[in-house]
Amino acid sequence: MHLPLVLPPVVTGWLLLITFGVRGPVGALLHDWFGIRLVFTTAGASLACGVMIFPIMVRAIRLSFEAADPGLEQAARTLGAGRLDRLFTITLPLASPGILVGGIVAYATCLGEFGAVITFAASIPGETQTLPLAIYAALQVPGGEAKAAQLSLVSITLALTGLLLSEWFAKRLNAMLGR
Amino acid sequence: MSLSIHLRHAFPSISLDVTFEAPTPGVTALFGPSGAGKSTIIAAAAGLLRPDACRIAVDGRVLGDTAAGVWLPPERRRIGLVFQDARLFPHMSVANNLRYGMRRAEPGPIQFDEIIALLGIEALLARRPHTLSGGERQRVAIGRALLAQPRLLLMDEPLASLDAPRKAEILPFLTRLKTTLRLPVLYVTHALDEVNRLADSVVLIDQGRVVGAGALADIATRADLPFAQRDDAGALLHCEVAGHDAGRELTRLSGGGVTFLVPLLDLPLGSRVRVRIPAREITLAGKAPESISMHNMITGTVRRIAREGARRSAMVEIALPDGALLSRVTPDAIGNLGLVEGGPVLALIKSTAIEVLGA
Repeated sequence: MHLPLVLPPVVTGWLLLITFGVRGPVGALLHDWFGIRLVFTTAGASLACGVMIFPIMVRAIRLSFEAADPGLEQAARTLGAGRLDRLFTITLPLASPGILVGGIVAYATCLGEFGAVITFAASIPGETQTLPLAIYAALQVPGGEAKAAQLSLVSITLALTGLLLSEWFAKRLNAMLGR
Repeated sequence: MSLSIHLRHAFPSISLDVTFEAPTPGVTALFGPSGAGKSTIIAAAAGLLRPDACRIAVDGRVLGDTAAGVWLPPERRRIGLVFQDARLFPHMSVANNLRYGMRRAEPGPIQFDEIIALLGIEALLARRPHTLSGGERQRVAIGRALLAQPRLLLMDEPLASLDAPRKAEILPFLTRLKTTLRLPVLYVTHALDEVNRLADSVVLIDQGRVVGAGALADIATRADLPFAQRDDAGALLHCEVAGHDAGRELTRLSGGGVTFLVPLLDLPLGSRVRVRIPAREITLAGKAPESISMHNMITGTVRRIAREGARRSAMVEIALPDGALLSRVTPDAIGNLGLVEGGPVLALIKSTAIEVLGA
């Protein structure tokens, strides 16, 4: 599950390509039965991003669950709360700051995804082109520096906003929980 | 009606084997040193720990019986548990904490407004747990447990994490709860003052075994049990306010089949109070002295004389018509007075040495 974290993104993209390509084992089924094609589509770009951020999300969620005080769950049990009831009223709310911050970081990572997307979904402007892909494309064209600079500014702004937002949220939520 | 517990469980460091029965409703104190196994009994009663073998029943309702293969999970036991650390849910307001168990229980006799009034937490309802003091938190935790309409309330050293003033702030609330809600309570503590104020019966636990069990008044005056071997040992009597003498600023209390005089109390006639008389405050005499400041001269019978080797003293159990007193004296004094078991004795008690503990 943590493989995409350590694997070069291009390799992840290539593995997706041979699995979900129209001739791949999963891709062929999707294409023949449902008429769904993932390669070189927006959905494909999303899938590539999803696979890349999956380990980040899992890690964030697991850490916040592990940090939850088991004593509170015990207290909820003695008050008559069953397993699902406890999950939704105690465990999830207490883990929410960690999950939310994980989500924001994952979203920012998605915006910056390069290798896996270009391999699996190519770089089609307006469809599968992520910000770094657009910046790279701009740099390949003579006189594209200005456009690359603009796009980089957008990228930096998004990254900073994401970072500040996640800090602010975590602080607010933790203050609410008295931590 | 009764609460009956039999439990056997082996930990790596200690093995637990306890059996006791306690009358319900009423407060039963599990008393003993830390590590004696008290909290394990609570955890098993709550269903949070499954012992090797056990049978736990409240008023005939079986909560767990390993021999019969019965084991109700905690959420279906209808048991309130108050932890040493209040364990309030930090993401909920005090009001929502209080309603957590209430919403999940069938409506019962315990009312929301009644409980917040009894515990004095009306002003805290909108607050968050982390803004409360330790004492306030514990009061909310008690309220939360009670509002789940429990059939048995378990309290695991609820006051142990509080300093003396906070403790003094909560004890009156607990006394009020005890008299208002007629609920079986199992109360774990290693503090004698909590036992004296709250308990009706006591189970003494030491190293995983029951060393004594019974009504508090009886257990307190048994010189052979650890209760009476403490420095602050003393008798406990349930008394009734029998009369006031405003002129002499004295109140007459009747209990144990005798009458005591204590400094004037601001209580109506017929009020029930607990009275504690420390063993070191009782002077023994063979016959009544002629002129003395002590108001209380009580005739009793020597029930037992127990030597306390290390202290170079002796504990004398004095039987009253309906109860007993304890007096700690030197062995020399026993010789001088010629005290023998079964013989008469006069117990002299200063009115000011009698502690009136409230209802």
